[in-house]
Amino acid sequence: MKATMRQVDSVTVFDISGRITLGEGCTQLRELIRNHLAKGNKKLLLNLADVTYIDSSGIGELVSAYTAVSSQGGQLKLLNLTKKVHDLLQITKLLTVFDVHDDEVKAISSFDKATSV
Amino acid sequence: MTAQAAVTEVTLDSTLQNVEVAEGIAHRICVRAGFDEENQHRIAMAVHESVINAVAHGNKHDARKKVRLRFQLHEDRLEIRIRDEGAGFDLSRVPDPLASENLLRVSGRGIFLIRAFMDEFRVEKIPGSGTEVIMVKRLDSKTERDQGGTEP
Repeated sequence: MKATMRQVDSVTVFDISGRITLGEGCTQLRELIRNHLAKGNKKLLLNLADVTYIDSSGIGELVSAYTAVSSQGGQLKLLNLTKKVHDLLQITKLLTVFDVHDDEVKAISSFDKATSV
Repeated sequence: MTAQAAVTEVTLDSTLQNVEVAEGIAHRICVRAGFDEENQHRIAMAVHESVINAVAHGNKHDARKKVRLRFQLHEDRLEIRIRDEGAGFDLSRVPDPLASENLLRVSGRGIFLIRAFMDEFRVEKIPGSGTEVIMVKRLDSKTERDQGGTEP
């Protein structure tokens, strides 16, 4: 898994690519989210357009990231799901949990302005 | 292992690195069997999840213990058997990950995905030698997209 970070207004966008699977991919994602939460970044948008593979552990890591951010009063949203990732989140009913977008501008503007950064 | 063989058997050490090896073997067999791209992905993912369970839960990450895979391509279906050296588990006690109280759990979706992706799934205890997961995918299995009929 690789991730690059950029700031758009008050939202931290992570462009993630590769595999999010048990082991290195999940660990990297966990550390990425925890590090940015520790810095006080609480509006996080994960761009998953270039994620080639995600397994049940990777799905669990997304859930873990979501609950970690939410528990600190922040928001974590998903952008540009591939069909495979979309299908997995649909099968596991997690599309009802995550706020998913396919337009970055709309995704950025959907973040709650009241959320502290 | 030959290109013509109806049966492919592989024995792997219990390491997470070998999960990708098993997944790659499954993918190649699925391509050879003629599954469409979506089912290739689903079957390879079912193997991925099963081998993770075998390595992590069955063999407890003990690299000396083996994971044995057997792919048998029949005329109408692909049967996959994955055996570990563990004590096994009771399928009826695996929590439903779709239940509202489990939806935000970090783990517990592997078996659910295997069941969703394969046509048959069962677990058998092998007396004295471990646990075997048996999965079947029929060659005429249609994905949801296939079931939409002919494109205009």
